[in-house]
Amino acid sequence: MSVDTATVKKIASLARIAITEEDATRLAPELGNILGWIEQLGEVDTQGVEPMTAVIANQLRLRDDVVNDGGIRDLLMQNAPQAEHGFFTVPKVIE
Amino acid sequence: MTDLTTLGIAAIRDGVRDGQFKAREVAEAFNAKIAGADALNAFLVKTPEHALAAADAADAARAAGETLKPLAGVPIGMKDLFATKGVATTAASKILEGFVPPYESTVSQNLWNAGAGMLGKLNLDQFAMGSSNETSAFGNVISPWRRPNDTAALAPGGSSGGSSTAVSAGLAPGATGTDTGGSIRQPAAFTGISGIKPTYGRCSRWGTIAFASSLDQAGPMARDVRDCAIMLEAMAGFDAKDATSLKLDVPNWEAALSTDLKGKRVGVPKEYRVDGMPAEIEALWQQGIDWMRDAGAEIVEVSLPHTKYALPAYYIIAPAEASSNLARYDGVRYGLRDLPEGAGLQDMYAATRAAGFGDEVKRRILIGTYVLSAGFYDAYYTQAQKVRTLIARDFERAFERCDVLLTPTAPSAAFALGEKQADPLAMYLNDVFTVPASLAGLPAMSVPGGLDKDGLPLGLQIIGKPLDEQGVLNAGLAIEQRAGFTARPQAWW
Repeated sequence: MSVDTATVKKIASLARIAITEEDATRLAPELGNILGWIEQLGEVDTQGVEPMTAVIANQLRLRDDVVNDGGIRDLLMQNAPQAEHGFFTVPKVIE
Repeated sequence: MTDLTTLGIAAIRDGVRDGQFKAREVAEAFNAKIAGADALNAFLVKTPEHALAAADAADAARAAGETLKPLAGVPIGMKDLFATKGVATTAASKILEGFVPPYESTVSQNLWNAGAGMLGKLNLDQFAMGSSNETSAFGNVISPWRRPNDTAALAPGGSSGGSSTAVSAGLAPGATGTDTGGSIRQPAAFTGISGIKPTYGRCSRWGTIAFASSLDQAGPMARDVRDCAIMLEAMAGFDAKDATSLKLDVPNWEAALSTDLKGKRVGVPKEYRVDGMPAEIEALWQQGIDWMRDAGAEIVEVSLPHTKYALPAYYIIAPAEASSNLARYDGVRYGLRDLPEGAGLQDMYAATRAAGFGDEVKRRILIGTYVLSAGFYDAYYTQAQKVRTLIARDFERAFERCDVLLTPTAPSAAFALGEKQADPLAMYLNDVFTVPASLAGLPAMSVPGGLDKDGLPLGLQIIGKPLDEQGVLNAGLAIEQRAGFTARPQAWW
């Protein structure tokens, strides 16, 4: 499996991780190696096999439709890198 | 007077209850030992006052004649993957530097409710991704073990490397770990201690920083099997805040401990005899089989035909889930923000994540993003989940013929720091024996079996049926009794 630098850049952009040209050059063979190794899964005959959804059989529960939390705005904001007037702030999105 | 830091959880609990010593003396002894062990880099945050407060509460309860809580007077170490209210929690990543959770994880809360105190937050591989504790943003944890006449720093295993180091160096009688593909069992094996990953769903994941949600399970790491049973009882239990939490009572595992394996069948999976397995591991495995037989068990050979596909399936599923879970670190709500001059929102996300995540975390996010991307999803992710079904089915069939499985925990003893770091694949192969049980959600434990030619610990793994932690603990105890493992690292730090 070979991965080129264009693919690395595309994946990094999807993952929202900034990478340099050198990063891409370094990562391409590294990811190619790992992906090449996991491709052996293709050998396994999985005809008629259902993909795993839960390792331990468990009933999905319903809870009462009630508000049981909240009113802790300031507590939630205290770890924000930048917060103003009770809002998270981000750089301008609309030009 | 005995050095209180040589005592395990059961001995401390009993000693405090019986008035042999005060809980405060225990906390003070461990706090002092931790203060002198900075060279190991096991602790990211020390919380001596937390341990002292819990100890004082235990002493006061005893003085008042109250019934003591199950872990009254026992101080423990907390892997820094568990959110602890008011105490910095980083998952050993720069992206969470300075994060102070306003809430407590269920597992840690359960431990405080049981009377335990916290000695500090333990170092780990960044976001629990690693097998040597070399991916922490805050420096490697150094194993207290060394080869004879050699000062080379050895890996304490990973990802729970701070936990394994703290327990084996006597800095804590027990510590929490988390296990996604072997992160409790492999570090326990590397450092000569015991550790159990319970059945998926026994311990709540709420407040535990997520790596791969369908695999992550918390568990205890301690000096022996009994201590693991005691601590797991306190950690486990139903939690409505975790959708995959099992609504089951927590058994009294400690009370039901037994080393009599008469009538039990122990399966030995032939596929675990991998090429190039060191002769010492092979010999220890055979020794373990003999110990099981000596304890009254019948040995049966079983087959787990899809074993060789477990690791590649894991390295699709775990990174895929990680890429989704770690999307939350965006520089907006908590943690690091990197805002280059004039950058827009998307640039801020990308710069923040580039600056905050370590290389291994980025590598796994990229792999996860790739296997989930349009056009590749079925070939990689769906195929891996199908293989996972086959792996779980292998175990089901094997358990029709036996009660527990016995295997080595890791393919080697502890390696030197730096030895495998250049090759991610070589590092991933460390989890070859632990990953299959993780994929099937099964309870599995590592107990020390012996030492290799360099005097380094080797572990044996017991894998059980779903919810049969008792069977796993009992088989572990039978090995522990026969192995007579008492080796401890000589303090050089």
